[in-house]
Amino acid sequence: MRISRAVPGAGPLALPRGIDRRRMLQGAGISALALGSPTLLSACGTESQKQSAESCKSTDRSEEEKELIFSNWPEYIDVAGKRMPTLEQFETETGIDVTYNTDINDNADFFGKVKDQLGSCEPIDRDIITMTDQTAGRMIALGWMQKLDKENLPNVEANLIESLRSPGWDENRDYSVPWQAGLTGIAYNAEYTDPVSSFEELVTREDLKGKVGLLTEMPDTMGFMLRMNGADSADFSDDEWQSAIERLEEIVSSGQVRRFTGNDYIRDLKSGNLVACLAWSGDVAAAEDDRIPFIQPEEGLNIWSDNMMVPNRAEHKANAEALMNYYYDPVVAATLAAWVWYICPVDGAKAEMEKIDPSLVDNNLIFPSDDFLSSTSGFMSLDDKTRQQYEKDFVQVIGG
Amino acid sequence: MAHILPTETQDAGPPAVDQQRRGPAGYLLLMPGSFWLALFFIVPTVTLVATSLYDPAGSLELGYKMTGHVQNYPTAIADYWEQIWRSLRYALVATVACIALGYPLAYAIAFKAGRFKTILLVAVIAPFFTSFLVRTLAWQYLLGDNEWFVSFLRWLPFTGADLRLINTPFSVVAGITYNFLPFFVLPLYASLEKIDHRLLEAASDLYASPVKGFLKVTLPLSMPGVVAGTLLTFIPAAGDYINAELLGSPNTRMVGNEIQDLFYAGDYPTASALSVALMVTIVVLVAVYVWRAGTDELV
Repeated sequence: MRISRAVPGAGPLALPRGIDRRRMLQGAGISALALGSPTLLSACGTESQKQSAESCKSTDRSEEEKELIFSNWPEYIDVAGKRMPTLEQFETETGIDVTYNTDINDNADFFGKVKDQLGSCEPIDRDIITMTDQTAGRMIALGWMQKLDKENLPNVEANLIESLRSPGWDENRDYSVPWQAGLTGIAYNAEYTDPVSSFEELVTREDLKGKVGLLTEMPDTMGFMLRMNGADSADFSDDEWQSAIERLEEIVSSGQVRRFTGNDYIRDLKSGNLVACLAWSGDVAAAEDDRIPFIQPEEGLNIWSDNMMVPNRAEHKANAEALMNYYYDPVVAATLAAWVWYICPVDGAKAEMEKIDPSLVDNNLIFPSDDFLSSTSGFMSLDDKTRQQYEKDFVQVIGG
Repeated sequence: MAHILPTETQDAGPPAVDQQRRGPAGYLLLMPGSFWLALFFIVPTVTLVATSLYDPAGSLELGYKMTGHVQNYPTAIADYWEQIWRSLRYALVATVACIALGYPLAYAIAFKAGRFKTILLVAVIAPFFTSFLVRTLAWQYLLGDNEWFVSFLRWLPFTGADLRLINTPFSVVAGITYNFLPFFVLPLYASLEKIDHRLLEAASDLYASPVKGFLKVTLPLSMPGVVAGTLLTFIPAAGDYINAELLGSPNTRMVGNEIQDLFYAGDYPTASALSVALMVTIVVLVAVYVWRAGTDELV
């Protein structure tokens, strides 16, 4: 290519003669300053990342744009071949085009991924995200989520099961709707080990040394640690936390634990790299491996729920509410529950399950009986300061 | 030895420039590079150093105040010296392993491969056709407790029946070595390839044995390649966290894993202090190394 020098201003080389070295350097200096200004600002610290409905306004384009972006955990929806029957039915019924992502594998990771955008009121290009209790609560407290319109959620109002109606972090369910709830217990591979019956065995038995997995989700692992030490995971003191975390430190340094895992423990459990681990009920059920049972340890089970929420600046809130409402139809909920095997948060789904798969009706992992529920514990709601300190303590210990 | 380097003659500075008419073109050409450097190196570095001096009591909810809290550094180092030391150790072992595996390989390709040279070079690069993540995940299977390789090792008389490879320091270092080997082999190959064969003939004319010829001619002339290769291996290896994440255990965590976790836990000041400490450590180590190795041609 030939650059024509004759036409002034035609190319980068066609600068007027007058531009000399000094001017160039001045220019460079000014652009460096412009670039550097956010940097200079950062030298003064950063503002609180809290937002509110006033500071961060969202517009809803659901009327004109019939679409929805839904981010969820892997293996968490009914699948037939490459299709997702309940989701397709929703698309047909409403004409809303859903993009379904499975890009959430760990609450802390996902939080880290979106916190900068949400903290500065920028869109994260998702209309629904699904977060577990502690993280959901934190996001709501930070003002990062949009308040839901209950008029659009009649099914949720009518059918949400009693035990999930008012969690401490969102008392009236103003910002969140449970997708599924679940239990944390123990799974082991019977091909490689004798049965494990308690969490204490899991972390102390000599023959399991170096073949045990615990979870990177702090409330899951620490819930069991606290109860093993005789504390109540739903209501514990700082001293009880300290002694539980010290105990975990001893266990980690003894080499008992091979890995702290997210959803990915199933693969290791199947191959025998892990012979026993803390596990989520539905994962184990979905693995459909006869060698791998899910058991209720002597210390009880953790109960939690994953909650659908609409982040700030998401542009399809009404569409999102339509989807939430759709999944609280008992027939749809039963279809979903028959596939994912997590606890179904929808009243009336049990009756529908009779028609779909009667063998699942009495399954405690999907429709837990009151007896069964009484052996489960949640995790205490923590204030920001404490939560951050506890997360840090935990991270330091699992770091060896 | 530098004066006999064949590269020296080609390396006579930039192509001849008309000294009299050097207009703004030179500066204009510098702009994209400087802009890039300012945007992606200087700005982030300044931000990083600033963040490392924030008040550690801050949080997302409260914001972070700049208090010039230098105490972050001793605290971070006291809490995580074990992981820093482990990262440097793993990186060093992996680099030595890369030399042991990579030197013979690069030597064979440069001097002995003949017409297979191109194929072998492609073979060195071939793993890059698959994603880094997939390759590392494959090692999980390769070194798995119940896979053939470990079963075979257990069957051998001198290993215990309890032998494990995955989630041990061995698997982490092996993963790092494997992932960074091409970065060692390629610059070394480029160095070896340029060596004038007549120098070796001259050595043998002067009664040098092949071994002596290698030690006196080939090895010194390949040093720039070795230094470049070791730098390209050691520096990223020390900051790597994928291998430790996927192939390691709680007891093999490297400083990169800690920085990631601190970042997600929202403790920016400690995470930044740790990053800066790691950066300074590596720069010092590398500066000493390059100075000791005395290869001016590199820089």
